[in-house]
Amino acid sequence: MTPAERAKQPPADVARDGPKLTGAKLDKRLAATWSNPPGFLGWLSSVDHKDIGRRYIVTALAFLALAGTLAIVMRLQLSKPDNDLVGAARYNEIFTMHGTTMMFLFAVPVMQGMQIYLTPLMLGTRANAFPRLNAFSYWTYLAGGCLLWVAFLLNIGPDIGWFAYPPLSGPQYGVGKRTDIWAQMVTFTEVAALAAAVSLTATILKQRAPGMSLGRMPIFIWATLVTSLMVIFSMPSVALASGMLLSDRLVGTHFYNPAEQGDALLWQHLFWFFGHPEVYIIFLPATGFVSEIVATFSRRSIVHYPIVVMALVATGILAFGLWVHHMFATGLPRIGYSFYTAASMAVSIPTGLQIFCWIATLWEGRPRFQVPLLYVIGFIFTFVIGGLTGVIIAAVPLDLQLHDTYFIVAHFHYVLIGGAVFPLLGAITYWFPKATGRLMSEALGKTSFWMIFLGFQLAFFPMHIAGINGMPRRVYTYPAGMGLELPNLLSSLGSAVVAVAVLLFVLNLVMSARGGRAAPANPWGGASLEWATSSPPPKYNFLHIPIVNSLAPLWDAGEKMAVVHGLRIDDRELLLTTVVSAKADVREPSAEPSLWPFIATIALTVMFVCSIFSPWALAIGIVPVAIALLAWFWPKSPEPEREPVIS
Amino acid sequence: MTDRDLAPSFIEDVSALPTHAFSHRSLTWWGIMAFMVIEGSFFALAIAAYFFLMAQEQQWAPGPWQPPGLVAGTLFTLVMLLSEIPNSMIKKAAENYDVATARQLLPVMTAIGLLLLVIRGFEFNSLHVLWYESAYGSIIWALLFLHTTHIVTDWGDTVVLWRLMKTPHGKDPRRLVDTEENALYWRFVWLAWLPIYVLIYWVPRLFH
Repeated sequence: MTPAERAKQPPADVARDGPKLTGAKLDKRLAATWSNPPGFLGWLSSVDHKDIGRRYIVTALAFLALAGTLAIVMRLQLSKPDNDLVGAARYNEIFTMHGTTMMFLFAVPVMQGMQIYLTPLMLGTRANAFPRLNAFSYWTYLAGGCLLWVAFLLNIGPDIGWFAYPPLSGPQYGVGKRTDIWAQMVTFTEVAALAAAVSLTATILKQRAPGMSLGRMPIFIWATLVTSLMVIFSMPSVALASGMLLSDRLVGTHFYNPAEQGDALLWQHLFWFFGHPEVYIIFLPATGFVSEIVATFSRRSIVHYPIVVMALVATGILAFGLWVHHMFATGLPRIGYSFYTAASMAVSIPTGLQIFCWIATLWEGRPRFQVPLLYVIGFIFTFVIGGLTGVIIAAVPLDLQLHDTYFIVAHFHYVLIGGAVFPLLGAITYWFPKATGRLMSEALGKTSFWMIFLGFQLAFFPMHIAGINGMPRRVYTYPAGMGLELPNLLSSLGSAVVAVAVLLFVLNLVMSARGGRAAPANPWGGASLEWATSSPPPKYNFLHIPIVNSLAPLWDAGEKMAVVHGLRIDDRELLLTTVVSAKADVREPSAEPSLWPFIATIALTVMFVCSIFSPWALAIGIVPVAIALLAWFWPKSPEPEREPVIS
Repeated sequence: MTDRDLAPSFIEDVSALPTHAFSHRSLTWWGIMAFMVIEGSFFALAIAAYFFLMAQEQQWAPGPWQPPGLVAGTLFTLVMLLSEIPNSMIKKAAENYDVATARQLLPVMTAIGLLLLVIRGFEFNSLHVLWYESAYGSIIWALLFLHTTHIVTDWGDTVVLWRLMKTPHGKDPRRLVDTEENALYWRFVWLAWLPIYVLIYWVPRLFH
C-alpha cells in the first residue's frame, strides 16, 4: 500500500453506533464524549452550541432589559412638556445607548443566539461547524457589550446617536473618548456577528441530515442561511466605516473631513449599506420563527413553501438596494430619488407574499390559539401597520416632511418590535420546552401577550400623531401648547404597560424553568427534527443521526425513525453531507472544548480597548492575540498509525 | 416521547466514509470561502470609498501630491505573481498526499512572504503622500494597509503550517487539507492585490 492510499484509509476500527450499540449504553458513551470538562473552567471552555446559544440569548435579554430601562427614563422625561427630569446632554447619552444597545447588543445577537441554539438541532447534527469560533463569537460580543455599558456607567458613554454621523462624531466635535468607545463596540460586535454567521453558513451547507436536500430544509433554516449571508456581506461595511472613523479621530486621516476633501456623506453611505440590511438581519429570522410556529399550530405544512423561500431570498437581495432611502434628506440626484423609492416599495412585495402564505396556512389548517400563535397574530397585525407607514415614507416628498420626526420613531418600532420582538417572544415560548424540558405557563403567557400587544399600540401609535404634529426625534423636551401633550402622555402610559408585561414574561420564564409542567420531546406536535430528540436535548443532540425523506420528517416518520449508523462514539465525529442533495459524504472530527477562544477574546479586548488610546496598541496587542489563536488551532496529538497487518 | 421511543431503523452505514476530503467536500474549505467573501467585501467597500473620495477632486492624485513611485509596487506585484508557482506546487503536493514536497516548499513560501513584507515597507515609503495630509492620502494608505494585514496573516499561517508539517502531525491527511486550503487563501491574497495595485499606482497617473 502506498502512503497516498494508506492516508485515504479510515482510521483503526473503533466503537461506532449501530444496531449493536444503541439505547442507554450508547447514551452513556456519547454523553462522556460530548460533555464539558467539570467545574468553572469547563464552563468557560464549553463549545456546545446549546450552551453558546443560551448564553447569547440570556445576555441579549439582559441588554434588552437595560435598554428598555433607558426607554422608560425617556418616556418619563417626555410624559409632560418642559420636563427637567433629564437634562439635554444626559438625554443624548440615553437615546444613543438605547438605540445602540437595542440594535447591536440585543436584536442581532438574540436572533443569532436562537439560530446558534436551534440550527444543529433542526438539521439533525451533533454540533455546529467551527464550535470554537462560535464560543469566541459569544465572548467577543460580551466584551463589546461590557465595554459600552461600563463606559456609560463611568459617564463616558457615547452621545452621538446609534448612527454616529460625522462631523458630530468626528475629531472636531466629538471630543473625548465617547465616540471611540461606540466605534470600538461596533468592531467587537461585528467580529462576533461575522464569526457566528460563518459558523451557521457552514453548518447549514455541510451538516444537514442525510436526505435533507435544500428543498427539504425547514423555513427557519432558510431564513438563517439568508441572514447569515447578509451578515457576511453587510457587516464589513460598518466595521470599515467605524475603523475609518477611529483612524480619523486617532491618527488624523481625513475620510470624513470635507476640509481636506473627505466627505461626511461617505459615512452615511457605508453605515446604511450595513444599517438597512441589518433591519432584515433582525426581521428575517423572525419570519422564520413565524413560519415554524404557523405550521405547527395550524397542524399543516406552510402553504407554498417555494414562494416563502423565494421571498426570503428576494428580501435578502433587495435589502442591499435600499440604503439610500435613509439619506433622502441629504439631497440626491432625481434618478436616485426615483430608484430608491421604487426599490423601497418593491421590498414590500416579497414580505407581502410571505404574509399571504401564513394567512393561507392558518386558513387551510386547524389553528390552535396558544401563546406562540397569539404572538404571530399580534406580529401580522402590527407589522402590516409598520409596513404601510414604510411605504408611505418611501415616497420622497412625504419623507422630507416626516424625516427626523416621531412618525419615523413610530414606524421603525412597529416594524422592529412588531416584526421581530413579537415573533421572538412567541419563539421563546415555543422552544422553551425544548431547551428546558418544561412548558411555560399558558395563563401567564396569555396575560403578558395581551398586555404587551395592547400596551405597545398605546405606546407607539400616538407617536405617528406626535410626528405629524411636528415633534422632532432626539430632542429632550418639547414646549406646551403644540398639541404634543396628549400623544406623549399616552405613549408614556403605554410604555409603562409594556414594561409590566415584559416583567410578567420574565417572571413566567423564571417560574416555568423551575416548576413548569414537564415537557415531552415534542410537546406541540412539531414536524422538524429538533422535536425528535428529548427535551432538553442531550449534549450530543441525537443518539443516531436521522435520515430525512420529506419536508415534515416527524409527521411522515411513522413508528420508526430512519437513521444512519457507523459514526465514532469515542471521538466527537460529525457526518458531512453534500451541499445540494445532502448525501452522506465525509466523517470529520469536531473541535473539543477549549479555553483558548476565551483567552483569545481577552487578548483581543486588551488590543481593541488600548487602540482607542494609541495606534501602537494594534502592533503590540496583536502578539498575544496571535499566540492565543495558535494555541486554539494547534491540532491535538495525531492518532498512532495502525500496525501493519502481517498475513 | 423521546428519540429513544421513536425506535431507530438503521438504513445506512457511514463507517466506510473517508475522514477527510479536499475542496468543497471539506468543512473548513467553506469557512475559508466565507472569510474570503468577508475580506473581499472589505476590499470592495474600501474601493467604493476610493471612488467616492475621488469624485471630490478635480484631479487624482490631487495637487500638490505626485502619484506614487512605481518601482516597489511593481516589483511587489511581480514577486506576488511568481509566488503562485511554488504555491500551486504545494497545493498539488497536498492533494497528492506528497508530504515531502509540501515540507520542502513551505519554507520557500515563508521566505517569499518575508521578502514581500520587506518590499511592502518600501511601497509605503514611495506613496509620496502621508495618511494625514489629505483624504487622497488616507484612502491610499488604507488600501495598502488593508492588504498588508492579509500578507501578514497568511505569512503567519504559513510559518505555523511549516512548523506543524515538520512534526508527526504532517502525516495526518487532515493537515494536508489545511495546507491545500492555505494555498487557496494565498491565491485570494494575490488576486485581491491586482485591482488595488491599479488603484494605488495607475489610476492616480491617469487622472493627474
